[in-house]
Amino acid sequence: MGHVKKSRAAAVQQSQRGTEEPAFIKWTLITIALLFCFVFLLLPLVNVFAQAFSKGLGYYWESLVNPDAWAAIRLTIIVALVSVPLNVGFGLAAAWAVAKFEFRGKSLFITLIDLPFSVSPVVAGLMFVVLFGLQGFLGSWLDAHDIKIIFAVPGIILATMFITFPFVARELIPVMQATGTDQEQAALTLGANGLQTFWYVTLPSVKWGLIYGIILCNARAMGEFGAVAVVSGHITGQTETMPLRVEKLYNEYNAPAAFAVASLLALLALVTLGIKTWLEWHQAREFAKAQSLLPLGAERSSENASQTA
Amino acid sequence: MSIELRNVSKKFGEVTAVNKVSFAVKEGELIALLGPSGGGKTTVLRMIAGLEMPTSGDVFIRGQRVNDLSVQQRNIGFVFQSYALFKSMNVFRNIAFGLKIKKWKRADIQARIDELLTLFGLQGLEKRYPHQLSGGQRQRVAIARALAPKPSVLLLDEPFGAVDAKIRQELREWLVTLHHDLNVTTVFVTHDQEEAMEVSNRIVIFSRGVLEQVGAPREVYDQPANEFVARFIGVMNILEPEVRDGVARLGELEFPALGQPEGQKLRIGFRPYAVQISADLTQYRYHAVLRHTFFLGIMLRVELELPSGLVLRARMSKEEYAHEGLYDGREVSFQIRQYRVLARQEATLPPETDLSYQAPPVVGENI
Repeated sequence: MGHVKKSRAAAVQQSQRGTEEPAFIKWTLITIALLFCFVFLLLPLVNVFAQAFSKGLGYYWESLVNPDAWAAIRLTIIVALVSVPLNVGFGLAAAWAVAKFEFRGKSLFITLIDLPFSVSPVVAGLMFVVLFGLQGFLGSWLDAHDIKIIFAVPGIILATMFITFPFVARELIPVMQATGTDQEQAALTLGANGLQTFWYVTLPSVKWGLIYGIILCNARAMGEFGAVAVVSGHITGQTETMPLRVEKLYNEYNAPAAFAVASLLALLALVTLGIKTWLEWHQAREFAKAQSLLPLGAERSSENASQTA
Repeated sequence: MSIELRNVSKKFGEVTAVNKVSFAVKEGELIALLGPSGGGKTTVLRMIAGLEMPTSGDVFIRGQRVNDLSVQQRNIGFVFQSYALFKSMNVFRNIAFGLKIKKWKRADIQARIDELLTLFGLQGLEKRYPHQLSGGQRQRVAIARALAPKPSVLLLDEPFGAVDAKIRQELREWLVTLHHDLNVTTVFVTHDQEEAMEVSNRIVIFSRGVLEQVGAPREVYDQPANEFVARFIGVMNILEPEVRDGVARLGELEFPALGQPEGQKLRIGFRPYAVQISADLTQYRYHAVLRHTFFLGIMLRVELELPSGLVLRARMSKEEYAHEGLYDGREVSFQIRQYRVLARQEATLPPETDLSYQAPPVVGENI
């Protein structure tokens, strides 16, 4: 291991030496990178706030407390409040199943968890329309029982859940796999039941990964546009979330109001980014700790695992 | 009896990890489950704990059949090979965990932990987290945590596997002292025969899921039940002479074999210390050349090459060696003072390619 570390350090040193020599290349690259960052990331962000406040603080405030904008904000929060906890529950269950058990079709299951990442959000929305819409698979049955899903809040929640489905599970699986089941087994031998083991041992050990997943899940749940746009029906004051509201206001040439609502979403993004950075730093530390807890004779423990397996 | 296994078997799918194992542990004993890896010893330990359920057979703890009891109901203390300390809890909360689950009063928990911290030399470390402890400290915390709720038996899986060699010796001595002080029935798993010999009252030897022998360290060394045990515990010369006219012969060596069927091959085993060597060629019956001398501290091991090409291993003290005036290449006479006819147990013998079997550890020789 010491050998690996040394060679890695040497590699880093070498690569640094490689960039050291032609100073003009170094500065050209840095300038290009920073310029890109400024033009494509920072400038638009600043512009959002500049546009939002272009007609003054009063107009900004008016745009936000406008009943339609307010309804959009409320709906967005409701959607997040329903879909995030449900996905946390699912994510925990899925991560637990993947990390702690061996079962048939496990790799297929892991692939399926990632499906929402690879499907276009518009297609995801259409899937729900095809399933629950009036012309859809279950449409006539739902209509007969007077249950409204498409062009109503349940549809928006379903679409959001589908899109944000992988976030928590994806974050938890590697953390849980790294922790293994030893600590849980130790809790059992000390008399703890399943629930106590989960609450006192499993949950604290995945705490940071879980928070990280929730933050990302929430940011996406509040910001989702494509899938929600397909199923919502754009009924102002009823089925319009903040991203949809932004689009509608913009199409109505009310840029300052559109940017006012957009500024809230941008603010959410900034807060998410801040928490994410802090968590990453914290998680790196936790991981280092977990690594240092591995027994010295790692090859022996794997030997034992194959023995008991 | 503190622990008893009757005809316990465990299958993982098609693989039989443990095959009809029966043995008993007396109250207050310190027992080693010994065998090469893959021998099924960890599975046996986990079945006693209730972390693994036997496919057939019964497990008893203090006379009660515990097959249907869960881990939580068995009142055992288990120390994992990785120690499995709760990394989100400090030392105090790790040790207190079992007591809190069992709803001890706060004052009682404090008193019990103070007692354990003193006993384990962990005072002042209560607030530390597992990642802030050394390997030895982690192990002591793991054992303290397992013992805190006063279990009826203490089970340890490879307790010395995860620390480096220097600390390992200290920990062994410490475990023996601890067991002496607490007198709690203790079962530990090890693949290191030296460790088993040094620490335990009795050793249970496994190979490939089958129990080979149960006995005190001295017993399994002096009277190995079969060839596997003989070779796994210490060094042994093993020969396969053929019986002719009531005598088993191999090269110039002869062993009386009255009543053995003609033409049969016997398995004869003898420890290196049973070979007596003299520089006086007229003293003993057989002759050989001293081919190589190995220095093992106060003892020496020598390799004798017989005229027929057979090589035997012998052991002697430095004084004897000097007194006889021996050196590599010298011709000597020797005799075999005692030997055993070994039971053939082909089924349980590891194949010749098994490393743990090909190169038996030499340390057992010093006993």
